[in-house]
Amino acid sequence: MKLQMATRLGLYAALELARDPTRQLSATDLSERFAVSTNHLAKVLRELGRAGLVEAERGAGGGYRFCGNPRRTTLMDIVALFEESPGDRAAEPGDGTDVGRALGRVLAEVDEIAEATLRSVTLETLLKHAHRNRAR
Amino acid sequence: MADGAREAAAIHLRDVATTDLPAIVDLDRRLTGEAKPAYWKAGVAPQADRFFLVAETMGGVFAGFAIGEIRAWEFGSPPVGWVFAIQVDPDRRQAGVGTALLEGLCARFRAAGVGLVRTMVNRRDHLILAFFRAQGMTAGPSLELEMELQP
Repeated sequence: MKLQMATRLGLYAALELARDPTRQLSATDLSERFAVSTNHLAKVLRELGRAGLVEAERGAGGGYRFCGNPRRTTLMDIVALFEESPGDRAAEPGDGTDVGRALGRVLAEVDEIAEATLRSVTLETLLKHAHRNRAR
Repeated sequence: MADGAREAAAIHLRDVATTDLPAIVDLDRRLTGEAKPAYWKAGVAPQADRFFLVAETMGGVFAGFAIGEIRAWEFGSPPVGWVFAIQVDPDRRQAGVGTALLEGLCARFRAAGVGLVRTMVNRRDHLILAFFRAQGMTAGPSLELEMELQP
């Protein structure tokens, strides 16, 4: 499954901040960590902020901190901020044919499995796995 | 001690008894909307390689149940511990009951020499999928397939 750059950055930033919700990290801290432009990351952080997942603290020592619930926020919640919903396909030529309909059913099956996977993994679960892998 | 472990410590697991039948039937009916007394009556009867655990509070209040079974060579798989059911009283969710039940089944499987646990979940049931994911389970190697049989 290929995710857009903004989606991957949204996931990275949310996960990095959710690792320790008391910690604040600036857009520069995060952009250096992921080796991307600060501008690009700032846009992603604004989107996460609009969704109520991160909040910005102004002033010296300010930055972003995670303010969502890591036990309730799933990967899909973040993916949905940046990508079309897996089932939201615009109508395409050939959709109405018998082959198009049969192909549509297969693609819908793939979408449903992808969505189930992303909806079943919370930030807390993913961070737990990352921590376990680091400990190995 | 982590919150989950502290909560789980307040849960006691034991093997099912026939006296649990009314509570099991009632919980299943509340969760699925369908009463299946005959199914559960047969289910609580002891069976080889099957573990039917009941969770209760330290005060002895029924909190949920789980069923696991060791199956060997089905679908070509070496012995695996299958989790067939975990049901938790909705009033006692988020208290470590499900985690305690799954850990209880895993302990039984491990003691029987099995090193892999597996289950099957409706892919639209994101709540139960998230529960098993949080326990560390990931997608296995098999896909379930089905088709409607025409009369």
